[in-house]
Amino acid sequence: MLLEINNLVKSFGGIHAVRDVSISIKEGSISAIIGPNGAGKTTLFNLLTGIYKPDSGTITFDGRSLVGLRPDQVNAAGVARTFQSIRLFPTMTVLENVMVGMHSRLRISLVETLLRPASFHEQEAHVQRKARELLRFVGLAGKGDELSRNLPYGDQRRVEIARALASDPKLVLLDEPTAGMNPNESNDATALFRRIRDELGITVVLIEHDMRVVMGISEHIDVLDYGQKIAEGTPEEVRNNPRVIEAYLGRRAAGTDVESKRDGQELLLDDDGEVLQVVDEAETDE
Amino acid sequence: MATTTLNSKETFREWLFRPVVLGPLALIYVVVATILLVTQDRSSLWFPLANICLVPLFLVSPIVVISAPLPSKIKLSAILVMLIVVMPLVGMYNTSYLELAIQISIFAGLALGLNVVVGFAGLLDLGYVAFFAVGAYLWGSFTSSAETVFNINGWLVPGWTFYVFLIIGVFVAAVVGIMLGLPVLRLRGDYLAIVTLGFGEVIRVLARNADSPVNLTNGAQGLHNIGKPPLPGFASDFTSAISGALRIRLDNPTAVSQQLLFYFIAIAILVIVIIVSRRLLDSPIGRAWAAIREDEVAAIAMGVPLVKMKLLAFAMGASFAGAIGVLYAAKQTFIDPQSFVLLQSITILAMVIVGGMGSIKGVVLGAVIVTLLDLHILTNLSLQLNALKNQNFIVPIINFPIRSIPQQLEPAKYQPFVFGLILVLMMIFRPAGLVPSARRKMELQEREDVPEEDPEIVAEAIEVGENS
Repeated sequence: MLLEINNLVKSFGGIHAVRDVSISIKEGSISAIIGPNGAGKTTLFNLLTGIYKPDSGTITFDGRSLVGLRPDQVNAAGVARTFQSIRLFPTMTVLENVMVGMHSRLRISLVETLLRPASFHEQEAHVQRKARELLRFVGLAGKGDELSRNLPYGDQRRVEIARALASDPKLVLLDEPTAGMNPNESNDATALFRRIRDELGITVVLIEHDMRVVMGISEHIDVLDYGQKIAEGTPEEVRNNPRVIEAYLGRRAAGTDVESKRDGQELLLDDDGEVLQVVDEAETDE
Repeated sequence: MATTTLNSKETFREWLFRPVVLGPLALIYVVVATILLVTQDRSSLWFPLANICLVPLFLVSPIVVISAPLPSKIKLSAILVMLIVVMPLVGMYNTSYLELAIQISIFAGLALGLNVVVGFAGLLDLGYVAFFAVGAYLWGSFTSSAETVFNINGWLVPGWTFYVFLIIGVFVAAVVGIMLGLPVLRLRGDYLAIVTLGFGEVIRVLARNADSPVNLTNGAQGLHNIGKPPLPGFASDFTSAISGALRIRLDNPTAVSQQLLFYFIAIAILVIVIIVSRRLLDSPIGRAWAAIREDEVAAIAMGVPLVKMKLLAFAMGASFAGAIGVLYAAKQTFIDPQSFVLLQSITILAMVIVGGMGSIKGVVLGAVIVTLLDLHILTNLSLQLNALKNQNFIVPIINFPIRSIPQQLEPAKYQPFVFGLILVLMMIFRPAGLVPSARRKMELQEREDVPEEDPEIVAEAIEVGENS
């Protein structure tokens, strides 16, 4: 196992955001973490990447504990991530954004920066070359010199992925990477996630609401609800798991009850009653 | 097209902005500005007013050359000639110009140091003058003939150690910078500004009160008779020889030589500071700072160690000020806590803002403008008014006697007012500064480009607007 999460707990005041969650991620796999809004998926990512400190529980990555490490140390250890709401450096160019992503892999020396020996120039040339390669990999060749905030939304997501890949991670955590994309775009994005694993050999974990994406790409799915893991397994198993169906469908059946409002979601079902897509009302309403 | 003639198709403006035209024009500008400056009639009634106009034109000439579309070799040699030959000669001709050039170099260096913290890393520091004070007191305490503990115990150092102290100043100020940085690491924006403001005051009050039980700083009386770097033996004779050859009358060749020495040291420091700034900006460190400035959470998640990088920014900014503080103390030969008040920090910040945060060229220009305004333009306006009053000058046509302008309206007293006005106008009309950094300029251009990208849509929009 590349990543082992055991009995992870995180509360904010009286809210139990993550309750006793245990998840294992196999090396070289593509997995998804799903669950209604507020289920604790993003909190889980923030715990993994050191942005929050867990109240209890262990996180073991590649044989070493990530608990207590700062986010930059987690990144250096080989875990990279993207954000649910895009967090690029808006007034830096696309290329510079990706170059920043390489920070933990660079030798940063004040003396070398000021004296500029040949090794400094070699490293800078390498950084540029690699950043351009990554941009080509995510399909943004030739856009390196634009300001990142001027790119269309879908491209910004790609820049975020390239920036995450720049740190040569073993594991990349993608937080709703296809949010706000149309079906065409999300198909392209799905293909990209697969290439990250197949061509770069990086393990991929994604949080996703688009069930077409989730069911199409994931080899393993963990389902969270109210901070607890309620199910796991292959897409087939999860789809037919009564607790999963209840977690999603129960809300809809209840119509206007409190839970449904809190989550603000509804489900799209296909003819067999299978979960196709979770529609986030909060987003569509705005 | 390498011709200099006006092509019938292009407008005069396009012709003017062609490199083959604009480049030589910049050089001509420099020569004309220099000649105008040194051929002024010093006995004229209007001399101060002419000074107000001509000195700034002359002092911005290195920036004009840097900005001109010229081959970099020509630029570099032109600037070297200006800094090493022309400016010292002009300085001999009128030592107040030399003094101005030294002050500008000192403040440009300080502004560039603050620019590392504020412009590059986005950490608002309102107590920057504290590091300047640290450098100044470091040299001052070890050489002043005031009754400090150093003097009483015979720990004073000889003048030649000045050059060693420049380097010690760098390191001591860097350490103080890290000491400031550590407690404020968690703060951002307004909170950071307030804490740094407090820190600046702490250092000043410390300087004022560190005269007992052990007298380190001589308190409110300040340190007088601070040591200077020794003048090389030939310097005085050399200066006299040159001034003799150019028929410039020097009252005190030694004093002028001493000023020239300070000028060269100041310029050398400024050049080093500019090179260091450029190299920091264009490096992984500079990119990490930019990332922190834009989004701290994203930066740290991408592997940028926030603590280390912020401390590095504070240390680098402080180190510039430390070395310049040593120079300042030696040049002024007197420092007291009043030299390092909050207004100084704000003045340096104003230079960064007026010039353009993050832009090295802009910040230097900002320092030139603000220092000129502070030390030259307003003072000379006052001089001009007084000269006119003494002559009982009456403005023609409206028959207004200058003498009737009340004493309270003396321009030199309006320095803070003018500063405030300039800052307000800058924020309204040029929020990114006079010479915005490449990044900010790109932003502004992109914004202007937007309507040009889709001329049809714009045309449609105009039509719709007209029809409705």
